Amino acid sequence: MSASPSRAGIGQGRLAAFALPIGTIALLLVGWHVAVVASGSDLFPKPLDVLAGLVELVEKGLLLKYVVASLFRVTWGFGLAVLVGVPLGLVLGWWRPAFLALNPVIQALRPISPIAWIPVAILWFGIADAAPIFLIFLASVFPITVSSMAGVQNMQQVYLRAAQNFGMRGVPLFRRVILPAALPQILTGIRIALGVAWLVVVAAEMIAVNSGLGYLIIDARNAGKRYDLVVAGMVMIGSIGLVLDLLVRRLERIDSVRWGYGQR
Amino acid sequence: MANADPIVDVADLWMSFPGKQPDQPVHVLERVGLQVRHGEFVCIVGPSGCGKSTLLNVLGGFLGETRGTARVEGAPVRGPDPGRIFVFQENGVFPWLTVEQNVGFGLWQRSAAERDERVRHYIAMVGLQGFERSYPRELSGGMRQRVEIARALAANARVLFMDEPFGALDFLTRLKMRQDLVRIWQSENKTVLFVTHDIEEAVQLADRVLVMSKRPATIQAEVVIDLPRPRDLDSPGYLAARDRIFSIMGMDAHGGGVS
Repeated sequence: MSASPSRAGIGQGRLAAFALPIGTIALLLVGWHVAVVASGSDLFPKPLDVLAGLVELVEKGLLLKYVVASLFRVTWGFGLAVLVGVPLGLVLGWWRPAFLALNPVIQALRPISPIAWIPVAILWFGIADAAPIFLIFLASVFPITVSSMAGVQNMQQVYLRAAQNFGMRGVPLFRRVILPAALPQILTGIRIALGVAWLVVVAAEMIAVNSGLGYLIIDARNAGKRYDLVVAGMVMIGSIGLVLDLLVRRLERIDSVRWGYGQR
Repeated sequence: MANADPIVDVADLWMSFPGKQPDQPVHVLERVGLQVRHGEFVCIVGPSGCGKSTLLNVLGGFLGETRGTARVEGAPVRGPDPGRIFVFQENGVFPWLTVEQNVGFGLWQRSAAERDERVRHYIAMVGLQGFERSYPRELSGGMRQRVEIARALAANARVLFMDEPFGALDFLTRLKMRQDLVRIWQSENKTVLFVTHDIEEAVQLADRVLVMSKRPATIQAEVVIDLPRPRDLDSPGYLAARDRIFSIMGMDAHGGGVS
């Protein structure tokens, strides 16, 4: 979200957009350091210990490997969820019998935490990559489906009437009108789903596999209480989550969907 | 106003919607009859909520009539038709398309070359040169209505059904839009059926004004506006026509009731 160019002026707003979050992070780091020193804990790491832990992971060649492993699983699970969720949601939003038939099932499956599926996933897929990919898919397919469905259902009737007036129906109507009309809401669902997917990959890796950032955290804890590496893993998860969100937010600035997000 | 082959021919049209109680439907239109000749500009005025828009939606093919017949271009209306384009009050343009993409929307089955040429022509006609690549959210309300009118013209619609197209615009913009619409109508040989609640607007635009009654609405009077264009809004003929419609609707021109 960009700072609004109010009386402060655009240049100053830009400066604030960098200075404010960086200042907040610096304050948190200082507070963290002081708190650990004051508590005299010898297990919980200070910020610099975590940095040293990250450097150690880089030197061992593990950091990149684990990040890539986690992103690989998210890409597959989330990508499949987009491929299934968007068309499914569009059909459910458009064709009432499909909605009547499937919506109760979807609404009943949706509140089941992906964590609850972990035993089932292990039963079906073992501890290979397929298990976490399945869990990520499950976690992200529902927000995408539901938002795509709502995007069609909330579409302004005037768009549909205008298009039908010009003789458009069937596939062109879907591609040129229904999909673009629903796209802002679809993107919002995709953004929520990506956050959930990243949340779930870490949880899944703690149990099912032997690589990735979730595995890093559990492994560092079990093999020698390396809390510097535990927190290093958490920092990486948070940073990558932030970058993913920024990337999806960029999509919302594309001209053909900006109309759907208010005037700010 | 009988004519051998009217473009729009409505006879004894009735329209009701289901009411809150199942046995008490809401009667919106009763015994509506009207005819519009080729190339004519006809305005329908009436009190708010009387069913003017409902009537237009039946003619546009978006609503089915309850009883009676609505024929357009010689055949009963069975649904929307690309030859008869509806112009909405607002938000009728697609916000995800640029001005030129919107104007070219109805030409989606034509070749790119033909589309580009028609789009350029009609963008110029409605005075939107320089805004071809703009998105609707970057335009004023009046400019968005210009886009919608250009979209209808570019698709070569023979009949325009306009549903209070200037109703959401400010006063000065409305005046300008009316002038431009008359100019475009004169050069394009279209038939226009234009719904408005604004009596002055109707008298400024129309060859004939049809006055609807309160609900359940019917056409209660027809006023022929036989005045040269561009119309002088101070001329006795203009004022007389305006006052006559006011009085048919139970008001005088100063906002009071007729005794």
